[in-house]
Amino acid sequence: MRTTIFLLLAVGLMNAAAATTSELSGYVAAEGSVFFNSPLSPEQERHSASLALQPEFYHEWENGSGFLVVPFARLDSADPERTHFDVRELNYLWLADRWELRVGVGKVFWGTTEFVHLVDIVNQTDLVEDIDEEDKLGQPMVHLSIPRDWGIVDMFILPYFRERTFPGRKGRLRFPLVVDTDNAKYESAAEEHRLDFAIRYSHSIGDWDIGIYHFNGTGREPTLLPDSDENGEPVLIPLYEQINQTGVDLQLVAGQWLWKLEALYRTGQADDFFAAVGGFEYTLVGVAGTAMDLGIVAEWAYDDRGDEATTPYENDAMFGFRLTLNDPASSQILAGLMQDMHSSARAISIEASHRIGSNWKATLEAWAFLDAPEDDLFYSFRDDDFVRLGLAYYF
Amino acid sequence: MLSLLLLPRVAAAETPEEKGLAIAQEADRRDTGFSDFTADMLMVLRNKPGQESTRKIRIRMLEVEGDGDKSLTIFDTPRDVKGTAFLNFTHKVGDDDQWLYLPALKRVKRISSRNKSGSFMGSEFAYEDISSQEVEKYTYKWIRDEVYEGKQCFVIERYPVDKKKSGYTRQVSWIGKSEYREWKVDYYDRKKSRLKTLTVKGYQKYLDKYWRADEMNMVNRQTGKSTRLVWSNYKFRTGLTDRDFDKNSLRRVR
Repeated sequence: MRTTIFLLLAVGLMNAAAATTSELSGYVAAEGSVFFNSPLSPEQERHSASLALQPEFYHEWENGSGFLVVPFARLDSADPERTHFDVRELNYLWLADRWELRVGVGKVFWGTTEFVHLVDIVNQTDLVEDIDEEDKLGQPMVHLSIPRDWGIVDMFILPYFRERTFPGRKGRLRFPLVVDTDNAKYESAAEEHRLDFAIRYSHSIGDWDIGIYHFNGTGREPTLLPDSDENGEPVLIPLYEQINQTGVDLQLVAGQWLWKLEALYRTGQADDFFAAVGGFEYTLVGVAGTAMDLGIVAEWAYDDRGDEATTPYENDAMFGFRLTLNDPASSQILAGLMQDMHSSARAISIEASHRIGSNWKATLEAWAFLDAPEDDLFYSFRDDDFVRLGLAYYF
Repeated sequence: MLSLLLLPRVAAAETPEEKGLAIAQEADRRDTGFSDFTADMLMVLRNKPGQESTRKIRIRMLEVEGDGDKSLTIFDTPRDVKGTAFLNFTHKVGDDDQWLYLPALKRVKRISSRNKSGSFMGSEFAYEDISSQEVEKYTYKWIRDEVYEGKQCFVIERYPVDKKKSGYTRQVSWIGKSEYREWKVDYYDRKKSRLKTLTVKGYQKYLDKYWRADEMNMVNRQTGKSTRLVWSNYKFRTGLTDRDFDKNSLRRVR
């Protein structure tokens, strides 16, 4: 309903004002995922193929105000939960001299580190897309941004909560018990209609980029409770608690070193806790006399809750290499190793991309989950090592 | 009276270093006061066998009084990097501040400006070649006068102040005597051998004062690869302000 009003409003304004720029862009992508081992449950499909479409329409007026629509749809051969549609963005931007206001469905990112996106909270994770948690669902919001010489203040009213997506019965990369997303529970009686709020201050001072925020509302990370569904089958029910979370993100440039830190303190979800991730990125330019750049990333993630953490990163070290070939095809390879500091559990990931011609892009993603003990979240993925190949056309 | 007496003596005692600096200062002075400009740029990458690939780029530049300029570089093609934007605050002294905007993640990423010798988006231009050329970033030396393609030129050498971070030991520049326009630059790498040559064509005058080139061609002498920049649609004094170069502006880029 709300989005309909925004759409009508925007279309009305579109007719009223003199148009300057309109454009349609986006991509269509095909991918295939090959798993090396049989699934743990006979319900799961072994391999999968998938098709995704994300067009983007943008219209901008002479005064800089604009209207943006980004729908997203995916068809998946194996998992009906991964077959999904989402409005990634649908918003109107009012650009004034001393502030800007975005109303509608939007997307924002907060954070500095590479492996874990700890403090990024506004948009819900679209977990069926990828386990790297970088895909996000569109979030209805009223977002006022006030840029000043002394920094930027961002204020958010978030009128509708988006539930996290989880793989279904037939999907892979899931827990032994399926997460029953149709029966999510809320701490708030208003459920997904509770108004959430966030305020953030960010600034660049010399070599420092700093951000600090407070969020009050429905926690994006559910607690998963063992239960049974209407057929009496054991499932996990997501419980979304009311939380208060204060977060900071810092980055310091020191020569070829980038030092990064993200930290948060959360109350309202079981015991109050602290979590942080920090590390560095070091870039070698023109390695071995070539035009290639090599970035070395090392990070460490810590969560006060230890084994009770709702993320896999309770005390983990992460190392990565990013090789940028600087060729016309913008070829890039990113390899990472995540090692649990308290157990043998580790995961290896590889991501690579290569442009073909001017409109096509080939991608490769691979994950291996090694030696996870039974109490580790990655234990559920022990037979889910996979390679995913993708081909996308951008228009 | 005193100054009148001193002036000829200073001129007579001008060392090649002083003359080189004076030429650079004069070129800089002539390009001062443009306030801001926007332009479109076609970047043509060419490999040794001659295969080409192109990038469409938009540039916005803001002149900053007392410091280096601010620039915003926006990629329109290839389509998979559409909306990628690069924000650069040049400083006369010290490192530049640089941010990269990744539209798919909506992420503004600070990048280390010590990577100035690195390739700018796969081209033969390094970050330090495309960032605004502040007088203070180099020391200078006048070498000789020479006719280059029928034009009377000063030939001067530039040496980076920050020797560790630059990919060059020196640059040799041909600057026209009449309008102080740069026609050619030879870049020498850390091993002191000639790495690249930039040639500039088709200068046009804007606002009756500011010269901008239509075409720049950077040839890598060691790999045989080259990058051509074809400029168009220059607009000066468009009314850009600091607001158009803050981190929010990266998120608004289309």
